Amino acid sequence: MPTMRYREALNEALREEMQEDESVFVMGEDVGVFQGAFKVTKGLLEEFGEKRVRDTPISENTIVGMGVGAAMVGLRPVVELMTVNFSLLAMDQIVNHAAAVGYMFGGQVSCPMVIRMPGGAGHQLGPTHSHSFEAWYLHVPGLLVAVPSTPADAKGLLKAAIRDDNPVVFIEHETLYGQKGEVPENGGPARFGEAAIRREGDDVTVVGISRMAITAEKAAETLASEHEIEAEVIDPRTLRPLDLDTIVESVKKTNRAVIVEEGWPHGGVGANLAALIQEQAFDWLDAPVMRVTGADVPMPYSKPLEQASFPHEEHVVQAALSTFRDV
Amino acid sequence: MASRASTTKRRAGSNSGGTKQDRPLPAKQRCREILAKMMLIRRFEERAGEMYAKAKIGGFLHLCIGEEAAIVGATNALAETDYLMSTYREHGQAIARGTPPEAVMAELFGKKDGCSGGRGGSMHLFDYERRFLGGYGIVGGNLPLAAGVALAADYRGENDVMLCMFGDGATNQGTFGETMNLAALWKLPVVFMVINNQFGMGTALERHSAVTDLSKKAEGFGVPGSQCDGMDVLDTEEVIAEAVRCAREERKPQLVEAVTYRFRGHSMADPEEYRTKEEVEEWRKRDPIETFGKRLLDEGVLAKKDLDKVDEEAMATVDEAVAFADKSPFPELASLYDDIYVYGEQVKGWYTVDERSPDTHRGERERDAPAISHELAEAGAAHEDEGDEPHPKDHG
Repeated sequence: MPTMRYREALNEALREEMQEDESVFVMGEDVGVFQGAFKVTKGLLEEFGEKRVRDTPISENTIVGMGVGAAMVGLRPVVELMTVNFSLLAMDQIVNHAAAVGYMFGGQVSCPMVIRMPGGAGHQLGPTHSHSFEAWYLHVPGLLVAVPSTPADAKGLLKAAIRDDNPVVFIEHETLYGQKGEVPENGGPARFGEAAIRREGDDVTVVGISRMAITAEKAAETLASEHEIEAEVIDPRTLRPLDLDTIVESVKKTNRAVIVEEGWPHGGVGANLAALIQEQAFDWLDAPVMRVTGADVPMPYSKPLEQASFPHEEHVVQAALSTFRDV
Repeated sequence: MASRASTTKRRAGSNSGGTKQDRPLPAKQRCREILAKMMLIRRFEERAGEMYAKAKIGGFLHLCIGEEAAIVGATNALAETDYLMSTYREHGQAIARGTPPEAVMAELFGKKDGCSGGRGGSMHLFDYERRFLGGYGIVGGNLPLAAGVALAADYRGENDVMLCMFGDGATNQGTFGETMNLAALWKLPVVFMVINNQFGMGTALERHSAVTDLSKKAEGFGVPGSQCDGMDVLDTEEVIAEAVRCAREERKPQLVEAVTYRFRGHSMADPEEYRTKEEVEEWRKRDPIETFGKRLLDEGVLAKKDLDKVDEEAMATVDEAVAFADKSPFPELASLYDDIYVYGEQVKGWYTVDERSPDTHRGERERDAPAISHELAEAGAAHEDEGDEPHPKDHG
C-alpha cells in the first residue's frame, strides 16, 4: 500500500473527484496560485484551470454562500476556509442556508457542498487560528461532520463528502497535514457513520475525536505496558452521522468509557457522547463516563500554555485509570 | 421629521419629473396583463393581512403593498429561464413569477400544498420549477446565494441571468460589499435590485445609510448602478431589462435601485411610529396601481368597466387561493424528518419524540436506514392507514 501524507491524500481525493465529475470545483482563499495555505490544493490550478480552482477574496461568508447557491442548482463546490476560526464568519451561510435550504424549501433543492477547514492546536497559532469547533457544527441538523485522523480516512471521507448530496463540514487537523500513513491504491469513498476500531481491548473504551484518536492509541499502549489494562480505541471518523452502535457495543463489553477531544468541555462532542452512552448503556457502566477535553480558555500562544490546553497521552491514561478506582 | 420629509420630497422629485411617464404603453393586452398582475398581488396581500388578523397565518407577515410596480416591472424583464431571488417580503415576487397564488397562500397557512410544503412560511417561499429560488429571512443573506447561482450558470456556459432583490437595509450588510466585489471580479451574470422602500424595518434610509443614493453604493466594488422609479411599472421594466441585458451579454453585474414605498408597516406587528400619516399619504398619491390604471383610462386603452373586471378577477383568484389554503391539510407529522439527513438507528434515544409519536420515523424508513425497531415500523404503518391523505411523495 502506498504511503502518503495527510495533505497529499486530501489532494488526491480532490484531484480524483474533479477528474471524475465536471461539476466539482474548488474555491477559497489562496487555493489557486498559492496552492492552499496548507498546500492541500497543490497542482490543482495547473491541472484544472481557473474555472475550477478559484482564488477568492477574503470574504468567508460570501464564499460559502456562493457555494450554497451553486450547489442549489446542481454544482458540487468544495469550499476551503483557511481555519476553523474563520469559518465563524460564514456561520450565517452554513447554518441558516447550507444546512437549511433543502428542508425549508420542502425538498425542492439540495446542497451538495463540502466546506473544508483545518482546526486544532499545536503550532502556536494562538487564540484566533487553532480552536476545535466540531461541537458547534455537530449541533446543526442538516450538516454532516467529518473529522479524519489518518491519511486514508482523509482521502476516503473527502471523496465521500464530495459525492454526498448533503452539505458536509470537513474538519482537518492542522498538525496532521504532514503525517504519513498508508492509503489504499485506487481506494473509493469511505462510508460516513462508520467508526474505526484502532485497537481492540476488553477493559475500557476510549473514543478519540480527530487527532485525539492518535493520542488515545498512544495512551492505550501505556495502559497495556504499565497498567495491564487493554483499552479499546475507537475513532468515530464522522460525528454526524455518528457510529454510535460501535461505541455502545464496545462499552457494553468494557463497561467503561473515556472520551477524548480537543474542544472545550461545556456543550462539547464528549458531553453529547457521554449523554448518549449513559442513555443507551447505563446498565453496563461500572464507572462514570469520563471526558478528557481541551482547557476551557481561548487557545493561548505561548508554547507551554498551548501544550497545557489540549489533552496529551498522560491525561488519557489518568482518565482511564480513574474508571477503575473502585474495582 | 423635517429631514425625512425632505428626503421623501427629493425622492419623489428626482423620479416623478422627466420622461418616465412617457415610457410608451405596450399593446392593450399587455397593459391589461401588467395591471392584472399588480392588482392580483395587491388583493392577495390585503387578504393575507386579513387572514393574519384571523390567525390563519402565524409568525411574521411582511406585505409588499405599494411595491407592486417594482416587483412586476422587474420580473417582466426576465426570460422564463432566468432566476429570481428575493427577501422575506416576497409573496408578490412568487406570484409575479407565476407561482399559483393558492400555493403561496397555502404556504402562509403552513399547509402541505404550500409552495415550500409548509416548511418555510411567509418568509421562505420557493418554486424551483419557475426558477424562483426563494425568499430568505436573513437580511443580505441571499446576495451570496444569488452570486453562486449566477456562477453556476456561467460555469455551465448557460445564458441565464440571476435577478437578486433585497431591501435598502441589506445594503449595509457585509455580504453586500463582499458579493458586489466577487460578482464584478468574476463577471457574473447577476443583477442586484435594491427595492428602496425608504425604511430598514423602522429606520429611515437617511438614518441607516451614509450614502442615500443607493444606486451609487456598489460603484466602488466595480458594479455600476442605475435608478428606476419603483412606482412606475414600465420604467422599472425598462431599466431592469437593460441591466439584465448588460449582465447577460456583457457579463457585467449591475445594481438597480428601485425607489418605492411600503404603504403598510414592516410587518403586521408594526405600529408605524417612525413615520407620519402625511408622509404615507403623500406616497399613496403615487400608488403604482392607481396611476397605471388611470393612465390606461386616460389614454383610452381600457375602459372603467375593464378596470373593474381586472379587479374582480383578482378578487376571485384570491378567494380561490384562500379556499384552497383552507382545504389543504397540514403536513403529516410523519414528514417531520423528510428532506434532511437522518441516520436511522444511530439516533435512537436521541429524539425523545420517538416515544410520543412512532410515525415520525417515516423519513428514516423511506431512506432504508438501519432501521427503527420492527414494532415501531408497524405502529407507524398502522397510523398511516388511518389517514385519508395520500402518502407524501418520497423524497428519497
